Amino acid sequence: MSKNIILCGVGGQGTILASRLIATAAMDKNIPIKTAETIGMAQRGGSVFSHLRLGEGTNSPLIGKGEVDLIIGFEPGETVRQLPFLKKGGAVVVSCRPVMPVSAMIGQSKYDAEAMIEYLRANVEHLTIVDADKAAEELGSAKVLNVVLLGAALKSGELGLDESDLENAIREKVPEKFLELNKKALAWSKGVNQNAD
Amino acid sequence: MHKEFLMGNEAIALGALAAGVNLVAGYPGTPSTEVLETIAKRNPGNVYVEWSINEKAGMEVAAGAAYAGARALVTMKQVGLNVASDPLMSLEYIGVKGGMVVLVADDPGPISSQTEQDTRTFAMFSKVPVFDPSSVSEAYEMIQEAFDFSEKYGTPVFFRATTRVDHGYEALEVKDPEEYYVNKPEGFVKDPSRWVIFPRLSVKNHALIEKRNADLKSVFSEYHRNKILWEKDSAKCRRGIATQGVNFMYTLDSLHDENTRVMRVATPFPFPEKLAREFLAGLDEVLCIEELDPVIERALTYVCGKYSLDVRICGKLTGDIPPSGENSMEIVKGALAEFLKYNETDTTVEEAERAADETKEEPASELPQPPALPVRPPVLCAGCPHRASFYAVKAAMRGKKTIYCGDIGCYTLGNAAPLDMCDTCLCMGAGIGIAQGVGHIEPDTKCFAFVGDSTFFASGITGTVNAFYNQADMTLIVLDNSTTAMTGHQPHPGTGRTVMGQVVEKVSIERVLRAIGLTVVETVDPLDYALSVETVKRVADEPGVKAIIFRSPCIAISKPKGRSQVDPDKCVGCKKCIRELGCPALILDEDGKKAKIDTSVCTGCTLCEQLCPAKAISGGKKNDTAGMKPEGGRHE
Repeated sequence: MSKNIILCGVGGQGTILASRLIATAAMDKNIPIKTAETIGMAQRGGSVFSHLRLGEGTNSPLIGKGEVDLIIGFEPGETVRQLPFLKKGGAVVVSCRPVMPVSAMIGQSKYDAEAMIEYLRANVEHLTIVDADKAAEELGSAKVLNVVLLGAALKSGELGLDESDLENAIREKVPEKFLELNKKALAWSKGVNQNAD
Repeated sequence: MHKEFLMGNEAIALGALAAGVNLVAGYPGTPSTEVLETIAKRNPGNVYVEWSINEKAGMEVAAGAAYAGARALVTMKQVGLNVASDPLMSLEYIGVKGGMVVLVADDPGPISSQTEQDTRTFAMFSKVPVFDPSSVSEAYEMIQEAFDFSEKYGTPVFFRATTRVDHGYEALEVKDPEEYYVNKPEGFVKDPSRWVIFPRLSVKNHALIEKRNADLKSVFSEYHRNKILWEKDSAKCRRGIATQGVNFMYTLDSLHDENTRVMRVATPFPFPEKLAREFLAGLDEVLCIEELDPVIERALTYVCGKYSLDVRICGKLTGDIPPSGENSMEIVKGALAEFLKYNETDTTVEEAERAADETKEEPASELPQPPALPVRPPVLCAGCPHRASFYAVKAAMRGKKTIYCGDIGCYTLGNAAPLDMCDTCLCMGAGIGIAQGVGHIEPDTKCFAFVGDSTFFASGITGTVNAFYNQADMTLIVLDNSTTAMTGHQPHPGTGRTVMGQVVEKVSIERVLRAIGLTVVETVDPLDYALSVETVKRVADEPGVKAIIFRSPCIAISKPKGRSQVDPDKCVGCKKCIRELGCPALILDEDGKKAKIDTSVCTGCTLCEQLCPAKAISGGKKNDTAGMKPEGGRHE
């Protein structure tokens, strides 16, 4: 198995933990794994991404354009930004909830998140839109969006891992008092009819 | 041995531990910080670790340890090396007894730095040998070898990695602590003819260094990480790729032409000249794929000149590789495709085109132009006390002629709209000097220098002494959030903790300033808006050098005590909070008419509550001010 995955969002949204969970699950299954991440200044509300390469046969930690099997987008605009990396027929899982940049709030730039979702609908064949607000409401926490998205990614079949793999990784990486919440978050997508239409 | 999923910097740290490092010093700086942090975390108990107050201090501490026969590591980012360059330049003339590795993290891009300087170039300038790893797993092995080389040749060595190695992750096999090499330092042996740098010693050692580095060219030609990947059919091979670091990985993933020779350079200085001649033999052209300076390109051009080799060397200097910025897979693929395209020798045109096509980037599914993407420069966090400090100074100085000299840290982000409170930023501590210089030329300008607490200790004190001695007229603003925030919350002299977990006496910024001679030193909680504005107005009008310490802890290390909310019935929709503060928690409601607070990021700092003309925001709770009092109060 070989998978190229990009996680993307805005600094502070939990992309790094999600990337770590995938990596832990892969390592536990003896799948070779390499990742590259944004660390540093951009974490302060800037665009962030993680590149993950699972499986044999690659050397570089960064993935080239048109080579990604799956994009897990924590934010619509950031997902569109990364779309050139998606290969033909690749899958996208995206949270519909935008994070408005300060520059847009003070009128220095424009950001139309609806248009981003429309663009994704028009240009991605295998698109899963996750209703982040609904998930937060039902789970009682907005902080587990990352794990909700991982659950949706599992459902897409493009992650190359099973639910039990990720559950084990969560057990390893997440403090025990948040375990139940995270397990629920992982399973949340199963009960929801998500499609791109 | 056991397997771990490690960040490059963690792998480097574990490699240093495996090599029996005895002492580690450093100053935080992206992308180097995690090396020292990991050593502190994974310390088997016998390693001395410190966050030094700056890179120069760290370099000297490490040198002392190496004089005593210890294996020593000092860590920094590339601009930190500038600070540490004074001791290092001389140290190379003196040499070391125990192995000493100078770890410098370079930042192509730059992603999180002021410059795109190349430590390989610094290596040539300082005559210090340099190791350049290509991957996380290689970095783990290579740092151990670097210690051996250092000890064997009695010289400090650079271990310089770049962001994609430092911050890449891989699963790799690492040693268990029982397998670590144990280095027992002999101790310092007095010998003035060895350890005291006088001109006579310098000229003698300079000659020895030049001789050694000439020898190292041959030694490094045999070093197994400098290598040539030979082509399949040498009769068809006319082209070569010379590369380094993570670019070697990009090349391996992008090059599908088996008849192109590849040389990977792991020690760019001293350059493995013998190996390079083998590589160049029979080639017509070489493309050098590297980041930052054209180090390999220049070295190969030199080798061609020295041995009269008729090989065209291309790269940054010939415009075939971008002269600046970080390389990507696309850049490497594009450059390779271009390079392999034309071919006047044995290879048939079809073969060359096929090789070029295979190397070329596969066209990504052709996407239409997307809607305007969100513009996201990094911003101060919601509730960041720096925002309150900047806003108070801005409000207090409204209508006055001012200059706001910024510095290096999270607070550089005060430059962004709507705060717009950073007129200059140069390097660590420089804002204090720049404010003085501007003031000497423009006496009618109110000159402010903003400096963080960690930066103050790192390099703010000398500038302040200079200001006081030379009768400058300026206001020093110390933004004290009681941590080194930008790099991930390292302790410093003002925090009363060390990286080894000791609780120590805090160095009081107030007392340092008063000891220099400042008589106006005020400490205020920036989240008390009215008091802050009043303090700035009063202090800025005093003559000479005066200081305000805005003290409030970084929101990332203090728990929010409440969250603010906007009462939509009271909000009049003036949007002053959004327009003036630029806090990421302040957004517009669904209709775009009234302010709303994103409670998932609000920390309840109350700054917007204090600002709201309609008193429509409430619910936040300021940190209690007990911890905000000036330190060392009984002396004041």
